[in-house]
Amino acid sequence: MSVLVVVECDGGEVKKSSLEVASYGSQVAQLLGTTATAIAVGEATEANLAQLGEQGITKVLYDAEPRLKDFVNGAYTKLIAAAAQQEDSKVIVLANSNIGAAVGSRLSVRLQASLATNVVELPKNDGGQFTVKRGAFSGKAFADVVLSGDRKILAVKKNSIEALHEAGKTAQVESFSAQLTDADFADAPKQVVMQEQTGGVLLPEADKVVSGGRGMKGPENWNLIEDLAKALGAATACSKPVSDVDWRPHHEHVGQTGITVSPNLYIACGISGAIQHLAGVNSSKVIVVINKDPEAPFFKAADYGIVGDVFDVLPKLTQAVKELG
Amino acid sequence: MKFLVCISNVPDTTTKIAFTPDNKEFNKAGVQFVINPWDEYALTRAIELKEAQGGGTVTVLNVGEADTEPNIRKALAIGADDAIRVNAFPKDAFFVAQQIASIAKDGGYDVILMGKESIDYNGFQVHGMVGELLGIPTVAPAMKLDMSGNTATLEREIEGGKEIVEVNTPFVASCQQPMCEPRIPNMRGIMTARTKPLKVVEPVGDAPRTEVAAYALPPKKEGVKLIPAENAGELIKLLRNEAKVI
Repeated sequence: MSVLVVVECDGGEVKKSSLEVASYGSQVAQLLGTTATAIAVGEATEANLAQLGEQGITKVLYDAEPRLKDFVNGAYTKLIAAAAQQEDSKVIVLANSNIGAAVGSRLSVRLQASLATNVVELPKNDGGQFTVKRGAFSGKAFADVVLSGDRKILAVKKNSIEALHEAGKTAQVESFSAQLTDADFADAPKQVVMQEQTGGVLLPEADKVVSGGRGMKGPENWNLIEDLAKALGAATACSKPVSDVDWRPHHEHVGQTGITVSPNLYIACGISGAIQHLAGVNSSKVIVVINKDPEAPFFKAADYGIVGDVFDVLPKLTQAVKELG
Repeated sequence: MKFLVCISNVPDTTTKIAFTPDNKEFNKAGVQFVINPWDEYALTRAIELKEAQGGGTVTVLNVGEADTEPNIRKALAIGADDAIRVNAFPKDAFFVAQQIASIAKDGGYDVILMGKESIDYNGFQVHGMVGELLGIPTVAPAMKLDMSGNTATLEREIEGGKEIVEVNTPFVASCQQPMCEPRIPNMRGIMTARTKPLKVVEPVGDAPRTEVAAYALPPKKEGVKLIPAENAGELIKLLRNEAKVI
């Protein structure tokens, strides 16, 4: 019996959210008195997979089937289910990413497992009752959820768990074959085009986010947001009204009906803080609000604030970051 | 083409969240419930596609007790043809998925659509469970959906970009913006919705696999520390030395 961790790789690298998930999985394994095995999906290198030892992973399984390089839900589900069966895993941990959630839900039916997504803390296992804390009501609340049954799947919210780094520890990488057939790929949605964002930090993975609202007055002023984001190594984001009027693309819209983020640092520039926007960001560790209206509701949810004009304040902040070196 | 659109009944997006004294349930007192905003994309797109094809049906499905019927009627007013309500409190995602799969199996639907998640439970689970229960492909989350015969072309959000995929019916897709502009019911729609069929059926399947032991609100913030605008650079020092986030 081992805890199985699903590790997503992209271009040979293990994703940051998967380092968190691996750390989470190895701590769950410790709690249950067992070890943590990873099953890697996507394009991976053996050296990068071996480094998962630093997150407490003992063994990594990898199926080098080339068609698994890109996400195919049915095939990924079969692969992970086969790994779970080989390892006799009672607990499977994945990221609450688009891939993790899509596979986790199919997997839970196939393995007759109970599933919790949006998980934000390590589970408690008291007297046989397995409870885990998850985000609910779009970040406006939490729920302690009891998972019944023999098998459990946990999808961990990004930036909720600190990744472990035990330098020098390596995991053993083993080739694994789920014996996938053409049929496993046949009914799958066929990829026609892939358009990936190039450059910049990806918003869902970011641990720092600089976000702009209507107070930025127009898309031509977004260089101020981008300059600060670049200096900080942060992703850029926006509020719903901004994406609604096409100042910024939809995939930057953060909020209740956009992307929910939980970075370490969220800097809101010219955003008043409607309840729907707060719902998407209020699990950020530190919130900074810059707004010229001292009555903006966002200040109530902020840790730090500057009452001032974003057009004066942002260049000063960018300058100050550059001076830090 | 037969569309099945699954909608959930959720607290309005401006609702301040509160729970019953035992913290086991959401406190509904004084709260207005709406169609889950993500589900509105699914509903409107299904209606648009049906209209473009000049035929077919859009059936709305909700797992909920009788108090969800005003929002089912609203979906009918927006343009769905008929509705099914599974008479049960939606206990967990697996319970809901079983109801949808059972109805879909009997109804012979070509396309099953729903929002990517509900804004209350935020499970992001039901679409995949339904796909697996029915043994059909799932595309999640979809930002665009077009149909040509039995083939659908969908734009799927991936982290940091998008992927365009083709899939044949039957399939399940969960929807998000910018799929379409959600519709508001007009007077004619509201009048005709009253006479459209709404069937109530009893739930099937196994017991739920998860149970909420307690809800909690996030800890209150200590209060904002204000930095004068003229010393804005001071903020960066505080973020490094005090908050330790940069």
